[in-house]
Amino acid sequence: MIEWMLHLPGIIVVIPLVMAIIVALLPSRLGWLGAVIGSGLSFWAAIILALHMLEANAMTRISYFLGGWPPPWGIEFAVDHATALVILTITALGFLSTMSGNALIFKDIHDDDKGRFFAAWLLTLGGLLGLVMTADAFNLFVFFEISSLASVTLVAMGSGRDKRALVAAFNYLVIGAIGATFYVIGVGFCYAMTGTLNMVDMASRLPDVANPIPVYIGLAFMVSGVMVKAAIFPVHIWLPPSYGFAPMAVTSLLAAIATKASLYVLIRILMTIFGGIADIPLLIMQWVLMPLALMAILLGTILAIYEKDAKFMLAHSSVAQIGYIVLGFGVATLAGVQSGFIHIANHAMIKGGMFIGLGGLAMAVAGKTDFSNLAGLGRRMPLTSSGFLICGLSLIGVPLTAGFISKFYLVSAIISAGYWQIAAIVLLSSALSVIYLWRLVETLWFSPVTDVETRLPEQPMIYIPLWLLAGANIWLGIDAGLITGLAKMASITLFGGIS
Amino acid sequence: MTDFLLSHWNYFIVVLLMMIGLFIVISSMNLVKKLIGLSLFQTSVFLFYISLGKINDGTAPIIMKSGHDGHSSHDILYSNPLPHVLILTAIVVGVATTALGLALVLRIKASFNSIEEDDILQAKRELRKRSKSS
Repeated sequence: MIEWMLHLPGIIVVIPLVMAIIVALLPSRLGWLGAVIGSGLSFWAAIILALHMLEANAMTRISYFLGGWPPPWGIEFAVDHATALVILTITALGFLSTMSGNALIFKDIHDDDKGRFFAAWLLTLGGLLGLVMTADAFNLFVFFEISSLASVTLVAMGSGRDKRALVAAFNYLVIGAIGATFYVIGVGFCYAMTGTLNMVDMASRLPDVANPIPVYIGLAFMVSGVMVKAAIFPVHIWLPPSYGFAPMAVTSLLAAIATKASLYVLIRILMTIFGGIADIPLLIMQWVLMPLALMAILLGTILAIYEKDAKFMLAHSSVAQIGYIVLGFGVATLAGVQSGFIHIANHAMIKGGMFIGLGGLAMAVAGKTDFSNLAGLGRRMPLTSSGFLICGLSLIGVPLTAGFISKFYLVSAIISAGYWQIAAIVLLSSALSVIYLWRLVETLWFSPVTDVETRLPEQPMIYIPLWLLAGANIWLGIDAGLITGLAKMASITLFGGIS
Repeated sequence: MTDFLLSHWNYFIVVLLMMIGLFIVISSMNLVKKLIGLSLFQTSVFLFYISLGKINDGTAPIIMKSGHDGHSSHDILYSNPLPHVLILTAIVVGVATTALGLALVLRIKASFNSIEEDDILQAKRELRKRSKSS
């Protein structure tokens, strides 16, 4: 590794945060350009890091000391395979949705506000990246709040179109703040018992704690706090209204990356911090996370079927898809955790693509996403709608798409762990998801429109990122080695902590 | 039992404040009161951390020049300063949360003409009906 590459973990997080300040100070018309540069540089750094990690063996851990203070005193940024995979996903989707961001904003945000809007956008991105990168339990809370305060601001920007966005943002803020505070309480208990905040240091000291009860209480607080942030049933209630009322550009960013970072934190807490006392986290994964994941899958899918607005429909479907990820983690085998990580990456590509595509379609009808407004748009905007459809097929899990790889790994992990009934539920819910996707296809292509069937103008800044994502969905559906390989290494790394 | 209560009274206050705060957030219909509850809830956690840092008979963690009153700095018992620093950060986060929440409440007041959850729900229901009928 070359000298400057040692600073990569810091660089990836710092670039968006610094660019956020620069963008806020620059004239508003340069806001988008700054955001593209910031997220692009971060993406480029993440690619270098991921390429390095691909060649490294499973136990490699790049450690970066902020300010040169070694842990456990200083704050440490750490990268292993799990981190590299999630960082690569977040920066890639962050970059692509930033690319389409300016076109998707449309008239939701006033031109003079664009500088501040993209500053909050970059803060969200930087906060989420820091969340994944940090190896310090308290520092993680700070990044939680940076990302969630910034994303609450972004959601509230939807108030120009619909004033209900303000209420959605307020609820997101209050529920999110309670979740984060729960997490801090949990960290407090563990800190009291171990006297350290560094995750690895804490993990090595936890098994020696004389009275484990406060540790278990701390674990319960931490897990329930992170569950709120990751929108796991039943504390997912902030998610559908926030995604539904936020501006289209914001939804494409948040749906792709916001909950992914929290899901990563969840598995990090269960398997790295509490890896030394494996029995209790395993109990939580199998008896708490797995039933909740199943509820989320069924409820999210059914609510999506009954939804009349395409944006809300996809938001409900996100709840179900988070359920699939958590279900993979809940199986708590090597293959199960691997399938969770595969779906983190694949679902980010799928939902990011679908929301960008939906935004492109909705632009033609003044940003309305009601089914009645979208009627017949598929024939009139072929480039956007076909890219959208490919991502949709991937969502269901049609073979030759990335979604199929996710489902395949998930179902085989569940079956090899011996849960036949749960595998049946997963397949059933996949079949149910065909229903809501078909309703979209029917609206877009087969419903009659009253006015003339002219082709509508399509924005290149929307269909280029969309087709990049659609192409990635197909490519990673045929040659899945990149994601599955990294995910496998990630899973091995995490289990290395447990055994 | 009484000894236990007396020696842990600060933790009981923490739990009491925490429950009051959480109860206000859940039960209150007024958005400003909700934010007050949230602040109370967060403050109780601050107290929890500060309590953790206190060591019996410990003094302020400032290293004094040794020898000027007979014993070296190693003999002095200090309280743990780290929780204080953590909470300094958490207070800043709490202020930011409250500020953003109040800003949102202002905007909600401007567009819904009320900060009572009942009225807002009513207005939302009407909006939904209107969007259905149109």
